[in-house]
Amino acid sequence: MKVSAADWFLLSPELFLTASGLLILSIAVFVEKAKEEFLAFLTLISVVITIGLVAFLSGYHGRSTPILAGMFVLDNFAIFFKLLMLLSIALTVLASIQFVGRTPYPAGEYYALLLFTGVGMLFMVSGNNLVSIYVALELMALSSYILAGYFKGEIKSTEAALKYFVLGAFSSGVLLYGLSLIYGVAGKMGLPELAKLFETQEKSNLLIVGILLILAGLLFKIAAVPFHVWTPDVYEGAPTPVTAFFSVGPKLAAYAILARIFYVAFPKFHADWGLIVAPVSAATMVFGNVAALLQTNVKRMLAYSSIAHAGYALMGVLGFRTEFGLWGILVYLLAYTFMNFGVFALVVFLETRGYAAESVSDFNGLARRNMTAAVVMLVFLLSLAGIPPTAGFIGKYYLFTAAMKAGYAWLAVIAVLMSALSLFYYFRIAAAMFFSEGEGVPLKSSYALTAAVLICAAATIVIGVAPQPFVEMLRACVIKAP
Amino acid sequence: MELMGIWIPILSIVTYVPLLGALAIVFFFPKERTGAIKTVATIVAIVDLVVSLPLWFLFERGREGYQFVEKFSWIPSLGVDYHFGIDGITLLLILLTTLVGVIAVACSYTAITERQKEYYVLLLLLQTFMIGTFCALDLFLFYVFWEVMLVPMYFLIGVWGSDRRLYAAIKFFLYTLAGSVLMLLGIIALYFYNTTGFLGYKGLGQPPTFSIEKLTAVAAGMPPELQVWLFFAFFFGFAIKVPMFPFHTWLPDAQTEAPTAGSVILAAVLLKMGTYGFVRFSLPMFPDAINTPWVRGVVVTLAIIGIVYGAMVTLVQKDMKRLIAYSSVSHLGFVMLGVFALNMAGLQGGILQMINHGISTGALFLLVGMVYERRHTRMISEYGGLARPMPIYATYFLIMALSSMGLPLLNGFIGEFAILQGAFAVSFWWAFFAATGIVLGAAYLLWLYQRVFFGEITNPANASLADLTGREQLPLVPLVLLAFWNGIYPKPMFEVLRLPAEKIVAAVGGRTLPNPALARKASPVGAETSPSREAP
Repeated sequence: MKVSAADWFLLSPELFLTASGLLILSIAVFVEKAKEEFLAFLTLISVVITIGLVAFLSGYHGRSTPILAGMFVLDNFAIFFKLLMLLSIALTVLASIQFVGRTPYPAGEYYALLLFTGVGMLFMVSGNNLVSIYVALELMALSSYILAGYFKGEIKSTEAALKYFVLGAFSSGVLLYGLSLIYGVAGKMGLPELAKLFETQEKSNLLIVGILLILAGLLFKIAAVPFHVWTPDVYEGAPTPVTAFFSVGPKLAAYAILARIFYVAFPKFHADWGLIVAPVSAATMVFGNVAALLQTNVKRMLAYSSIAHAGYALMGVLGFRTEFGLWGILVYLLAYTFMNFGVFALVVFLETRGYAAESVSDFNGLARRNMTAAVVMLVFLLSLAGIPPTAGFIGKYYLFTAAMKAGYAWLAVIAVLMSALSLFYYFRIAAAMFFSEGEGVPLKSSYALTAAVLICAAATIVIGVAPQPFVEMLRACVIKAP
Repeated sequence: MELMGIWIPILSIVTYVPLLGALAIVFFFPKERTGAIKTVATIVAIVDLVVSLPLWFLFERGREGYQFVEKFSWIPSLGVDYHFGIDGITLLLILLTTLVGVIAVACSYTAITERQKEYYVLLLLLQTFMIGTFCALDLFLFYVFWEVMLVPMYFLIGVWGSDRRLYAAIKFFLYTLAGSVLMLLGIIALYFYNTTGFLGYKGLGQPPTFSIEKLTAVAAGMPPELQVWLFFAFFFGFAIKVPMFPFHTWLPDAQTEAPTAGSVILAAVLLKMGTYGFVRFSLPMFPDAINTPWVRGVVVTLAIIGIVYGAMVTLVQKDMKRLIAYSSVSHLGFVMLGVFALNMAGLQGGILQMINHGISTGALFLLVGMVYERRHTRMISEYGGLARPMPIYATYFLIMALSSMGLPLLNGFIGEFAILQGAFAVSFWWAFFAATGIVLGAAYLLWLYQRVFFGEITNPANASLADLTGREQLPLVPLVLLAFWNGIYPKPMFEVLRLPAEKIVAAVGGRTLPNPALARKASPVGAETSPSREAP
């Protein structure tokens, strides 16, 4: 295989990000603990430059441009995910500066690992071949296992890393086994070739088993029931900015390849995998919401809430039969990224102010201590519950329509009822913030964190009030048949 | 609206004046300056009332369809428009809302002493959302306003309510939300039926739209079994809001725990959202479903149970606010009965009774709030003989209680009579049960009045209660005037309601019955009451 200049050019964001990660890792050796903010700044700059590169490339690709002889592909779909994931990394850096600064652990590795995770994700969403997808996924996964255990002196963090690693490795194995079965049946690895082959080939049992194994591996990554058990522990134990990142970044990547594989290669077998995805979606919504209802620990509650949201998103996956499903999931993910990151960023805020942010009562009286933080938190909570006019409502609206359109009205009924139920636990936090008396001392936030939170809040409101430009843009990001 | 050649989006102005006022308070007034905040809130509410008054005078009575229409594209990808417009029904409801807006602010001056800035901001936000709900002619836009309205109300109950406020606030939110999300699915189904189809139903293939007018026509042409499904999807949204038996339990909690202004708004405006929904959406959209005997039977049965059961539960209440809250269940049952009589008398009476209930019950909550401020209890047993220290208060209370129980010359009579007449035209038994409700209504209100105002002063704390001040009377006066106006000369109200009501009755396939009650009472002209046409 010959690597052409065009390949280098189209891979420049990934290459640049890798180089930045290595650079930060090596500089970090010489940077004193007190001056580590410099590393964060450097990370932020490199992420912003990468965003610039991706944006620049968006003008330079055709409908779908193959890279490295079709191992990867650059299309609007990939560009959208890359931009959103890079943004989530930038937000994570902003939310981490103070948080990491007050711990004894070196920041250089932290930021470098964050960037390496990012590299894996960038490759993943471009992946157009079962092998390249798997390798990129492993790069992302291995970096994130280490990030989860970054507070190596703390038992919870170590436990989180271990659980994440063991279960993650197992699920990767399942995924890999599925990929190998597909290869065994089809003799091909490229997604477009597979799609073409399946147009004529009838399904076989082996093929279906392969598809279901891939599905199981990916359902683990997006934390759908019954592959969700790692989520609450990992979200609780990992450093909170990392949790915020986990709840959006790697999930975005997982949804992206779920879409790539199932929308491009397996749409013909929709009836078969739909049979599994529909009950999984229902179970995820019901279990996630009910479990969140019973939680008093905020981080665990939010973990279950993200599980519930995976259930909603699976309705979009079910809609992959039509363009509407993919479009819906894109709109939803855009909304989800901002609102879910925002909610975790506010937990980070409380933690940097000396609260464990474990019980809801840590939010008591926040409205009196920092009105802006309380109102912004309220916006995120409303958005998560799907109350208009917020981004969360628009996202859920698209998912509900996707489910109805795909013929799963019963699923949509469960989804709306669960989404009403979710308000109950989200508003426990709102009630604590606005109704309870807390300590009267005002709480101030750092500039970086404030910036991250306000970006999320602004996006949540703008997408909710004026969704038109966003949804139109996303319609253009739906994968086109090559 | 055109004024001197310039187009003025008057409905948007009426809708967003409170929002702008709220933003002004948020950004320009620190929370310590409570006096200034109150003044601004009052001015904003009054300005809103003033700008809404031209609607009444400029509204063309004889014109079919919606007026003061504003239409812009909002989310073209989905076919969502920013589409405002009103007809006679919403005209009355909007005017009621802007009036109640002023009253709500005015009755809060002394009652609310904590976190005043947030309070007035929420009150004004709530007003914007309520008016928006009535103005919206696009289902998507309607849904946005309908949902977001819950948020300020939740906080009004939760922060400034009484003892069980947390429970009441979340119960209010969850109940109404659960209903409205099902409505959302109904809306999505309608949308798909109009465009590409779903669940085996072949769509009409028309361009996507959420226009209420267009979707109404589309829905009315749907196969009956789909209509029944969608009717119930919408039904839960509206019935919980009304609230109809057995979905009513949130209401006594919410209304009892809410601060006075919250109770007034709940009674006067928020509950009308549900009945408005039935009138605007359910009736014209799902005529086949409604004319299915069992569907109509279920709704009417629930309405009648609501009337009788609500009234009987009201009788045994010990808490004044709770008593009035339960009486709302009964009164709203009346409205539902009138609406589902599917004839002119019933429908017009039902809509009028929505307004009347807003006036009477709103005023009663206001009055209870005033005595609560003095004594900090709402228990009936704590009172007795109040007529002696507070004669003016007793007079207002009497007028409003009488109006609520439907005494002739006062507003309640007109609505109830028309509803009874409409119900009677359908079935003797409907009218019979409804009439029982009226008797019970007189019983609980007179008994309440007797226990609170007559007899000796048994509790020394009541002996020296101050009577109403001029400021306290101010919000009551317009309500009393309206009660008399509606009771003595309801013709203008019927005039604005006639065309939209005829349209709905025709759409749902009912008969446009003449309305002799109005001919007798209202006007020497009586032209509006003659049967204009027989529906096919």
